[in-house]
Amino acid sequence: MSPLLQLSGLDKRFGQVVVAEALDLTVGEGEAVGIVGPNGAGKSSLFAMVSGDLKPDAGRVTFDGEDVTARPAHQRCRAGIGRTYQVPRPFEGMTVFENVLVSAAQGSGLHGRAAQQQAADVLAECGLAAAANQRAGSLSLLQRKRLEVARGLATGPKLLLLDEVAGGLTEPEVLELVELIGQVKARGVAVVWIEHVVHALVKSVDRLLCLAGGRFIADGDPATVLADPQVLELYFGGPETEEGAA
Amino acid sequence: MARTTPPTTEGTTTPVAASAAPPLPGALVTRAGRASKASAGVLALAVIVLAALPYIAFAGTTSSMVTFFVLLIMASMWNLLAGFGGMVSVGQQAFVGVGAYTVLAFANMGINPFVALPLAALTCSVFAIPTSWLAFRLRGDYFAVGTWVIAEVYRLIIIRFDSLGGPSGMSLPGLNGMDPVLRGALTYWAALALAALTILGCYLLMRGRTGLALTAVRDDETAARANGVDVTWSKRLVYLVSAAGCGAAGGILIIDSLSVQPNAIFSVQWSAYMIFIVIIGGIGYLEGPLLGAIVFYALQQLLAGYGSWYMIILGAIGVAGAIWLPRGLWGTVTNKTGIQLFPVGYRLNQPWTLPPNLR
Repeated sequence: MSPLLQLSGLDKRFGQVVVAEALDLTVGEGEAVGIVGPNGAGKSSLFAMVSGDLKPDAGRVTFDGEDVTARPAHQRCRAGIGRTYQVPRPFEGMTVFENVLVSAAQGSGLHGRAAQQQAADVLAECGLAAAANQRAGSLSLLQRKRLEVARGLATGPKLLLLDEVAGGLTEPEVLELVELIGQVKARGVAVVWIEHVVHALVKSVDRLLCLAGGRFIADGDPATVLADPQVLELYFGGPETEEGAA
Repeated sequence: MARTTPPTTEGTTTPVAASAAPPLPGALVTRAGRASKASAGVLALAVIVLAALPYIAFAGTTSSMVTFFVLLIMASMWNLLAGFGGMVSVGQQAFVGVGAYTVLAFANMGINPFVALPLAALTCSVFAIPTSWLAFRLRGDYFAVGTWVIAEVYRLIIIRFDSLGGPSGMSLPGLNGMDPVLRGALTYWAALALAALTILGCYLLMRGRTGLALTAVRDDETAARANGVDVTWSKRLVYLVSAAGCGAAGGILIIDSLSVQPNAIFSVQWSAYMIFIVIIGGIGYLEGPLLGAIVFYALQQLLAGYGSWYMIILGAIGVAGAIWLPRGLWGTVTNKTGIQLFPVGYRLNQPWTLPPNLR
């Protein structure tokens, strides 16, 4: 089986700051991958290069057997790359339903009733149905994060990029989110999830990577990666720190 | 070091479609609320009453209403451009001028200026294609300044043509033989028809699939792109439509005044009017330019006798509006009440607001 997403030799720097250096990554169909790493490690830039918001200085992004490096963001979305933003970016003047309808109509390419149906179903699934006719600008943080996920799902993705969707949420809210991501995974959608809330991540992913200084310093099953001395040093401030302290 | 790992899950990657709940009968969404149904009637009535105006009002009234319609058309076009496309242009006078000169050029060839009006709109959208290649390379402030410069370039090119009157302009042939009262009425009707068509066109555009995408672009371009909206295409479409509308408005202007003067028709003042009207009325709302044009027109009539105070008061109102009503008059109303005169929104119907297991 061919891999779904393949990054090879991605380079990106902003002046002196290196956000990606010869990055390679392969994500299989339906695979759930978590990415951790300190602030400024290049996690969000990595997503931006996958989704098409950011052009790499060098390297190639291959999705679903096609080189998409030169393709604009909307085409990548239509090809099956759905994403969320770390700081939610709802269409504030539109209702929640309209927000999701944009993704269903433009991202999935559905028309009329089919698009509306998809939007309505995704809202129900993401626990936003009661807020469907509310203006997105009036949503709470949890609802905004859910809306990010809902929009990403409504585009009909084969790969969903989640950028810190659990950040800033309370513990019960995080658990609800983990459950939602579980449902998404169960449908065979590949997930790449950047998260600082490590326990949420560990519950959901098959594989964990640690990004630091624009390179992956660890890659493997979550328990192994979290025990890696290099990861502990970078991410938890040293091997002697207890994991619970993070 | 980066490693690649073979896929761990043998998933079936069907694109996500939703949970398995069976579709419910009946409409999923409602488009028009009570306010918008009422407003459709009121607007239709207004157009009918306005159409009858030449029979019941003095020519002076209808003539000044022509200015109102022209401003309404221009402002609606600028609202599409800036409000929905995020393109703050101060160079729409380029198309006002090109539209006026197109009518002139056709009139010189013996074509009736009224017939030339739609041709002026068409010509402007054709001119807008290469213009957009140039202007779209610029962003934000640079786009604003760039469009202004482009408008100046159009003016400088057009005054090279002696057949179009050169730098001093020329009078419009073809309507001299016509009875002034009839000509005035025809001009009024043409302006009214174009204004009504502009509003109807904007409404139909914004109500459809493209309109939903444009509204998303209005709110957040990056997020729109990430959700599958072809932002560049949307912007180009809006730019072409807006050029056509401004071209038609320019055509009305030359028919109304029976002459054209390049400095006046290519004046940046047109863009200033458009901006003022849209900012006051409410940017990014179809209702905004309509409300703004009424306010602007009323102010113009009220303050006409006050000389330079007119501009000072207008400026003060513009500043006050930008500070205290950042969404304009209509934006403030609709945010408080949720009223839409033009039903472009979608309301999800009741059963769908429940999760599948509770329906």
